[in-house]
Amino acid sequence: MKKLVCIVCPNSCELEITADENGISVSGNKCKRGVQFATDEMTAPKRTISSVVRTAFPSVPVLPVRVSAEIPKERIFDVMQEINHVTLRKRVRRGEAVIENVLSLGVDVIATSDVLTTAEDPEPSEKETEKNRAKRTKKAKTTAKKTEKKA
Amino acid sequence: MQTLYDVVIIGAGPAGLAAAVRCDEKGKSVLLVEREARLGGILKQCIHDGFGLIRFSEKLSGPEYAERYMDMLKKTKVDVTTLTFVTDIEKKDGLFELTLVSRSGVTAVKSKTLILATGCRERTAKQVNIHGTRPAGVFTAGTAQNLTNLLGQLPTKKCVILGSGDIGLIMARRLTLEGAKVLGVYEAKSTPSGLTRNIHQCLHDYDIPLYLSHTVTRVFGDDRLTGVQISEVDEKMQPIAGTESFVECDGLILSVGLIPENELAERLGVQLDPKTKGPVCDQNLMTSVPGIFSCGNALHVNDLVDYVSESAVTAADGACGFENADGEFSFIEPDGNIAYIVPQKIDLTKSKSEVCFYFRSRDVLDKCTLTFSANGKTVKEKKYPFLRPPEMERLVLSLDGAGLKKGDKIKVTLEGGKK
Repeated sequence: MKKLVCIVCPNSCELEITADENGISVSGNKCKRGVQFATDEMTAPKRTISSVVRTAFPSVPVLPVRVSAEIPKERIFDVMQEINHVTLRKRVRRGEAVIENVLSLGVDVIATSDVLTTAEDPEPSEKETEKNRAKRTKKAKTTAKKTEKKA
Repeated sequence: MQTLYDVVIIGAGPAGLAAAVRCDEKGKSVLLVEREARLGGILKQCIHDGFGLIRFSEKLSGPEYAERYMDMLKKTKVDVTTLTFVTDIEKKDGLFELTLVSRSGVTAVKSKTLILATGCRERTAKQVNIHGTRPAGVFTAGTAQNLTNLLGQLPTKKCVILGSGDIGLIMARRLTLEGAKVLGVYEAKSTPSGLTRNIHQCLHDYDIPLYLSHTVTRVFGDDRLTGVQISEVDEKMQPIAGTESFVECDGLILSVGLIPENELAERLGVQLDPKTKGPVCDQNLMTSVPGIFSCGNALHVNDLVDYVSESAVTAADGACGFENADGEFSFIEPDGNIAYIVPQKIDLTKSKSEVCFYFRSRDVLDKCTLTFSANGKTVKEKKYPFLRPPEMERLVLSLDGAGLKKGDKIKVTLEGGKK
């Protein structure tokens, strides 16, 4: 018998799992999602992850993202690596894919905020060099400081 | 902006947003005041998922939850002012007169009712008596979250987390995902402060150790934190001499509790409950000052945003139906096993057929029974398989048949085996 805590909802049910030749039986769950969770956890554990991706918009340096569905637990850090490679140069909407079918897992990495659609930054050029970006960020900061002083 | 509103709502986090949408639905004129540049409150930086399971039957991230309400708000006639501080509120001739300061200067507005949706604040290092130098690298969990999730700056490479509150657990996972090493979560109490699921999905999943009955007693470092001293604590949470050990790290993240923000309320003479540190309210979430309502984390610290939105709707309905008449109150009297219960009183002149109570137990309790009784008669009895202080409970019940009279006490008792 194995004990697990269900993480599907805040109830945090304490599950007791018995596995034999007839399969897996679960007790302690308040709802059927607990059975699914226990089965997955015993065979192929899955998780969702949330993170941020860098953007080329100085007023929104990072944009929150999450995976559109659960991914295998052991691939979490692989997906994180993919997320950390992204720098957004276009305005994406909430729900829009930032990485489609990440690592062929059948899951997209999607934006979870609309904040870029209203960011008051100029459109970044398609192919911007790191040098240009640093220059522009610096310029934007000085302008912001000036505006602050004025205000 | 008008000069007179039916309702002015202070704070545009999840509570303020839900209250604004509801008041507009009821046809009231509403002004929503926010001190930050963007709406959404703390949800903007809560990029992890798990929000909205109750409200939307979906697992959303914080920004998604907030933006759903912001989308609803766009369709309303609610006036919104951001980067605006409320510097003063006075009650004159039955109206509230507010002084607002923003980039366009100082403005005065009047309102028939107020909803305080000001949220809560984190307890800081100074409030938990940590000794030593004052190096950079000591952050509250919320500050670390802001730096990581909104500014894209990793605040630490190798850190210790003090306190097992939910934000601390969430940040343990978040910092690990970003490549930082979280050496451990240290909790002075003998039981975790955060939700059980967070202990599992944030700590166990990433092999981050949790040390109960341990605390940080000292910090070291001149410009930057170089390490912390850890001590074991006794049952009274006092450090035990001789148990000190040194842990090398460049970050100390504090998740040591949240306190409702009620400075504005206090200035208006609103009575606070020492247990919740939020206002004493009736079933419509009206405070002791007629016309002032409280909701969300300003009322009591919630663990689920869904209940923040729910309490905001209750407060909004209260504000929309407000009449300047004296109430007749019965008072809720919880026993020592209950950490707190909201609302704290019942206005007998208002509907009491669907009163929504929120409460927490003081300790971890096994197989326990919650009983509401008035005048020696049991009104409601509910059994719980277990109760844990980090997990708030919600209970809706009718007090119509309780035969309540002005000044009556409603006793709430919690009986059960301690674990």
